[in-house]
Amino acid sequence: MKVHGKKGAFIPVAAAVLAATLAGCGSQISDPAEAGEATGGPESCVDTSGDSVKVGFLNSLSGTMAISESTVFDSLSLAAEEINADGGVLGKQLEVISEDGASEPTKFAERAGKLIQQDCTAAVFGGWTSSSRKAMLPVFESNNSLLFYPVQYEGLESSENIFYTGATTNQQIIPALDYLAEQGTKTIFLVGSDYVFPRTANKIINAYAEAHGMEIVGEEYTPLGSTEFSTIVNKVRDSGADAVFNTLNGDSNVAFFRQYKSVGLTADAMPVVSVSIAEEEVPGIGLENIEGQLTAWDYYQTLESPANTAFVTAFKDKYGADRVTSDPMEAAYTSLYLWKAMVEKAGSFDVDKVQDAADGVSVEAPEGTVTVNGENNHITKTPRIGKITPDGLIETVWEAPEAVEPDPFLLSYDWASGLS
Amino acid sequence: MELLIGQMFAGLSLGSVLLLAALGLSLTFGQMGVINMAHGEFIMAGAYTAFVVQQSLGSAGVSLLVSLPAAFLVGGVMGLALEGLLLKRMYHRPLDTLLVTFGVSLILQQVARDVFGAPSVDVRVPSWLQGNVELLGAPIPLTRLFILALALACLAALALLLKATPLGRRIRAVVVNRDLAEASGISSRRTDQLTFFIGSGLAGVAGVAVTLIGSTSPYLGPNYIVDAFLVVVAGGIGQIKGAAIAAFALGVLQSVFEFSTTASIGKVLILAAIVIFLQVRPQGIFTLKTRSLA
Repeated sequence: MKVHGKKGAFIPVAAAVLAATLAGCGSQISDPAEAGEATGGPESCVDTSGDSVKVGFLNSLSGTMAISESTVFDSLSLAAEEINADGGVLGKQLEVISEDGASEPTKFAERAGKLIQQDCTAAVFGGWTSSSRKAMLPVFESNNSLLFYPVQYEGLESSENIFYTGATTNQQIIPALDYLAEQGTKTIFLVGSDYVFPRTANKIINAYAEAHGMEIVGEEYTPLGSTEFSTIVNKVRDSGADAVFNTLNGDSNVAFFRQYKSVGLTADAMPVVSVSIAEEEVPGIGLENIEGQLTAWDYYQTLESPANTAFVTAFKDKYGADRVTSDPMEAAYTSLYLWKAMVEKAGSFDVDKVQDAADGVSVEAPEGTVTVNGENNHITKTPRIGKITPDGLIETVWEAPEAVEPDPFLLSYDWASGLS
Repeated sequence: MELLIGQMFAGLSLGSVLLLAALGLSLTFGQMGVINMAHGEFIMAGAYTAFVVQQSLGSAGVSLLVSLPAAFLVGGVMGLALEGLLLKRMYHRPLDTLLVTFGVSLILQQVARDVFGAPSVDVRVPSWLQGNVELLGAPIPLTRLFILALALACLAALALLLKATPLGRRIRAVVVNRDLAEASGISSRRTDQLTFFIGSGLAGVAGVAVTLIGSTSPYLGPNYIVDAFLVVVAGGIGQIKGAAIAAFALGVLQSVFEFSTTASIGKVLILAAIVIFLQVRPQGIFTLKTRSLA
């Protein structure tokens, strides 16, 4: 009887809580959008009357993502320093306000709101995980402010208020598959962390494989942060696949490559292509565990160009000779210069004017020339397949003949029509 | 066949990692009633000890052997400090210990990040542990064999300590009935300290072991803490042999689930299995027989 009474009370309470939560979500998503449409966004409080203008850096400096995002913060700081030394933007010095996203999407949304409304920053740079970006998106849209997002991601998104300076899937995953196909790869095993990016990436890979006569012989996900790969490594070994496509995130990579090697799998016998291992992760994984394996990015520290030499030299001068540069760091560094170029083209810090000026803005970045596509707010990038070298860096083994136009919704691929 | 052997070993080997992570916790949580959320960070401290020792000694082989006692000491001393500074004020308030040690775990993570940097560091595997041996065609990684042996050695040492030494008798006496033990002249204060020292030291040893399979980063602790608590609760609180059986059972079950489904579903199934098991036996595999009312 007692138990019954409790259950009876529990269900209506739970339903009420659920309903309240759903109602809350609904209003959060729809209200700002409506307000934005009706009024053209709230009044901006960006102050451009003095000799300086505020910009916001929003990265996880604590929590699980700090490993990656603190390096982005470093390269953003370098770019701000260089721009200031060079006379600033429209003659105004950049005043950087830095906030810690603490690896929590809700924190990112909250801090973004603070940077826009309280600090009155002209633009915000940062974010890494897709969940942090998704959490910030409504904040930037409802306040009509700008976010520059520096990391390769799963695509299928486009917002007027976000400039995506990392690769979208057709600038990273598809070129990697093209490369594998070119090498004669027929069977692929997919290993990924269980969240947004790997799930979406693997959907695309499956569609690609079907259209190109490849076979996906296994698809495995592990919880984020998982370090136990005995079973997966056994399955991969048993599958006899030609290659492994790795979308694991963070520290799982360390465990995966160590255990991959410990059952006798090598880069020669069964290469692994990774899309989220960059230069700074190599020492942690241990060079002997990953040497010779492949990566897919648009930038490597070893690229030879005057712009990259200058970037790498300046970075090492500021942070130490043992530090390395990576794709997201370069994309973040470039994003600040892209914003500068847009503002100068617009002749104003005003968000609407910057958005109007964005299309076609081009910057000579360390990765090569990048150009903003005003239609989807992504940029052109040159996909490159890299191989981990014996000195722990990544050398380019293949690169696209020219910069690839961003296609976040994969509209130009027939086989991808069912995906978006 | 080859895959079957590989999988059976994967289960045992996962069990040995779980056991190492949980053994110390079983002592401090089980025997002292302290919910130590910082146990994972003691594991991390052991891992970083292995890194520091390797950096100063150079040779990966020698440093692994030096790291084991060094990490035991580091973990143990950290445990003593935690016990002496904070926990001794809150025995019999398990929920407070949970909050306080959770705070300590966050602080330790940030300290590690400030001292060693955010990216993972590389603790190299000694050459004699690289590669694998073939068992009926299945590759058995040497690192995992080493961890299995280490886990069994720690288990044996702890069992011996509890069964056959005066300290072990004192620990057991305090666990069964603290007041009666005090009345018969045992200093429960000293016993608590020693128990915490040993339990935390075992976390340090676990830390050295996990550097052989995964990453050494400030975020290492949370990866192991939940599994460690699962093992302790399923095994029966305060039961070393329960923890051992639970660790290997969970390891084997998880690799069976994971093999027949996927890693994520496997994790769900293992949690469901524990929930069902605890419905049938809320006290875990073994129960402590005690006359004390507390």
